[in-house]
Amino acid sequence: MPTSPVLPKLVGQRVKRREDPRLIQGRATYVDDVALVGMQHVAFKRSDVAHGRIRKIDTTAAAGMDGVEAVYTGADIAKILPPMPIGTPFPSPEHRAVAVDTVRFTGEPVAVVVARDRYVAKDAADAILVDIDPLPAVVDVEQAMTGKPTVIHPDFANNLAVALVPGGTGVTPDGKVDDSALNAAFANAEVVISQRMVNHRLAPSAIEPRGVVAHYEPGKGTMTIWSSTQNPHILRTFIAALNGLGQDQVRAIAPEVGGGFGCKINIYAEEYVCSAISKALGVPVKWNEDRSEAFVATTHGRDIVAYVDLAAKRDGTVLGLRMKLIADIGAYNMLLTAAIPTLTQMMANATYNIPAVRSTLTEVFTNKTPTDAYRGAGRPEATYFVERAMDMLARKLKMDPADVRRKNFIQPHQFPFATQVGAVYDSGDYGKALDLALKNANWEQLNKDRDAARAQGRLVGLGLSMYVEVCGLGPSAALPTGGWEHAQVTVERDGRISATTGASPHGQGNETTFAQMLADQFGVPLEHVTILHGDTGVVKQGIGTFGSRSQAVGGTAIHLAGGKVKSKMAKFAAALMEASEEDLVFENGTIGVKGAPASAKPFASVAAYAYVPVPLPAGMEPGLSDEAFWEPTNNTYPFGCHISMIEIDRDTGEPTLLKLVAIDDAGTLINPLIVEGQIHGGLAQGVGQAMIEEVVYGDDGQLLTGSFMDYALPRAIDFPRFELDATVTPTPVNPLGAKGVGEAGTLGSTPCIVSAVVDALSEFGVTHVDMMLRPEKLWRIIQGQGAAQGGRQ
Amino acid sequence: MAKIAVTVNGKRRQADVEPRLLLVHFLREHLRLTGTHVGCDTTQCGACTVLVDGRSAKSCTMFAVQADGSEITTIEGLATEGKLHPLQEAFWEEHGLQCGFCTPGMIMTAVTLLADHPKPSEQQIRDGIAGNFCRCTGYQHIVNAIQRASNAPER
Repeated sequence: MPTSPVLPKLVGQRVKRREDPRLIQGRATYVDDVALVGMQHVAFKRSDVAHGRIRKIDTTAAAGMDGVEAVYTGADIAKILPPMPIGTPFPSPEHRAVAVDTVRFTGEPVAVVVARDRYVAKDAADAILVDIDPLPAVVDVEQAMTGKPTVIHPDFANNLAVALVPGGTGVTPDGKVDDSALNAAFANAEVVISQRMVNHRLAPSAIEPRGVVAHYEPGKGTMTIWSSTQNPHILRTFIAALNGLGQDQVRAIAPEVGGGFGCKINIYAEEYVCSAISKALGVPVKWNEDRSEAFVATTHGRDIVAYVDLAAKRDGTVLGLRMKLIADIGAYNMLLTAAIPTLTQMMANATYNIPAVRSTLTEVFTNKTPTDAYRGAGRPEATYFVERAMDMLARKLKMDPADVRRKNFIQPHQFPFATQVGAVYDSGDYGKALDLALKNANWEQLNKDRDAARAQGRLVGLGLSMYVEVCGLGPSAALPTGGWEHAQVTVERDGRISATTGASPHGQGNETTFAQMLADQFGVPLEHVTILHGDTGVVKQGIGTFGSRSQAVGGTAIHLAGGKVKSKMAKFAAALMEASEEDLVFENGTIGVKGAPASAKPFASVAAYAYVPVPLPAGMEPGLSDEAFWEPTNNTYPFGCHISMIEIDRDTGEPTLLKLVAIDDAGTLINPLIVEGQIHGGLAQGVGQAMIEEVVYGDDGQLLTGSFMDYALPRAIDFPRFELDATVTPTPVNPLGAKGVGEAGTLGSTPCIVSAVVDALSEFGVTHVDMMLRPEKLWRIIQGQGAAQGGRQ
Repeated sequence: MAKIAVTVNGKRRQADVEPRLLLVHFLREHLRLTGTHVGCDTTQCGACTVLVDGRSAKSCTMFAVQADGSEITTIEGLATEGKLHPLQEAFWEEHGLQCGFCTPGMIMTAVTLLADHPKPSEQQIRDGIAGNFCRCTGYQHIVNAIQRASNAPER
């Protein structure tokens, strides 16, 4: 009998990551580390005008520089590249990767240089002379939707990309609207909260800027493209289509990717342009984004104005919610731009059983960098609007903010719960998460501490927020790319296991979590499992990593493919051991008969037999490899509760976050260590949004926050130690019970911080303050200049 | 072009470089030491941090010619004889990284931080890495990692 150590079960354990050895030694390969023989470097000349007509582009000086291989204007690129497609079924204006006659945001490419090295390429880009006749810049979103000061795309009257799409109670699938239930809710209300709120624009700011290497090989007629992307398979689809190639002729590689946060889902102008230029010139080309380019050229996130009306009874029962959403989507529709605010619309019900809900969505073009997904993507906005309104209700009724929430929760027995806005929540126990948050924060004591601090004249406040998000995106009906994920699991001839996943990680740790699952499934050591990803030449099919889907969708595909291979391996083992498959156990690197450990065969010897099957069992094919496409039947709906304590300096208005308690329920956790890291990161981005991060444009459409000197990316000194805990409510949507956790931290954090600031400033009669909470804004309130920040009550 | 001679990770290197060549590009593109990263163009992010004569420095804000005669250590040179530096071990143990892009710079900054403060308080750690951005971790596990390394027996 082979002697093997007893292997611990790994799922649910804090297993340290298998990705890390290469990363901590500087041995990983990011896009900018890729160097090919004969590679040329690309630089983009970008518009420094927000809106204008291109009169003339003079490339003479640039083209004549030593080391310059080629210079392209927009008109030149248009000859080798069709307009850029989008990934949503919304109408969209024509969008050229390089502007041809009109520029519509500062940073839009107007010309491209190809040169010997990056220094020469940039010198040459600087030498291009661009003459633009400025047009009025469309900056204010609510002015823009009246067509003022001008219309950006002639076919989109009043700059409306999506006009007043209603959702919720009384709205039929064909768009007919019956207002009676909603009107009744407001007619019966004893108290109404009405507030305009802004969820402002952010720069995703992955620390690795974007980058591309495109290599078209004329002899083979194939293209290989390396890109810092979250979804190489989607990239392959679009790169093939725009270059007139088949998907079999394009290989897309996401090597090590230095963070994504949603902004690396989109397929960008630079990816298309580099691929087309490589094809035109027959040489490999590389482009790497500068940070200052990233601020204008990489999609922004959020930027939604909401008019929120909440109808309630005096005991805190919510009767109805109206939410009018206006999204500033910037100058163009990108891959998912138009779809992001629909997630805000879809999550208007929040964690509450609100009998009448109406959320209406308008999306508006402005002369700004386009928006697209940013961590949370639509759900933090919904959470912010509803949770702030709930907090205003609690203040107005002088109720504890926890009590108002509890009074309106969807109850555990009501799941699956069909909301008024079309979501079907899978599972939840919101009261449990709230209770644990109150306990961990020591809510009663915290209230006493706040009151004691106030008695000393300090401005201290508490905030509480629930959240529910839509994750595990998603059924194919909801995603034009397909909503499944793919995995292929192979037990190799030596008994080691390799698996490919279409989930393409950039920090999420799939190489570890998926290996934990397979090691447990096959009863082998973690070290014997390798997870491959991020290369369409290796991973046959895939969708990618976004919408907190890696574990819930990609992990399930791994589990199912593993199950298929395991069952085939059991057949081989049964033949070898003359046993029944049902009696076999896979454990400790062996396959044996239950209750007869002496009979166990080494896992590797069964694998070897499967590849040289003499004799071949009847009806079997050799080999141990199989795949699974997992198509979920629904999204998952993780939830939680966040509590914060804030102090504001009375003299300077500077807010300090003293405490942040987070309870997150992501269903089953595969690796709690990795989950903690994901929540920390999400919280940091939520705190960042609330307190220091903001993309600001001038009235002329110039980006005023175009570098890390102006855009405050959070540093280690900006945070207290986050206090985490979890409840576990598995989802019935997948066999793992996992819901997804990547975005959770960005949801509850912003409203709980703003509510804490409003609480801290309550002595000044303030009922609402919009993010970001810059000290000047708070100082003005303290100085009595802040009435405009208050509610309209 | 200017002639420079530097010692990088214990190996003497000579090169002719453009006077405007940044040290980080010299390391990455001339020596192919690509573990040092570039995350911004305004010296905020710290992804490019290396040791110049034993002290952490942002290599995007130095010309290669300014490093002439210096001794430089990059992330690739931190492990000795195949043994991870205690900071590398600690970042691994404490899950102090996710995408890993900021990690080399973060670790090189922490080397100097621990040289200056062998037993740092949490606040000293947070202050000490305030010149290095991480967008993934929220810094908490990085703080834990540096604390752990400060308790390592041999450093």
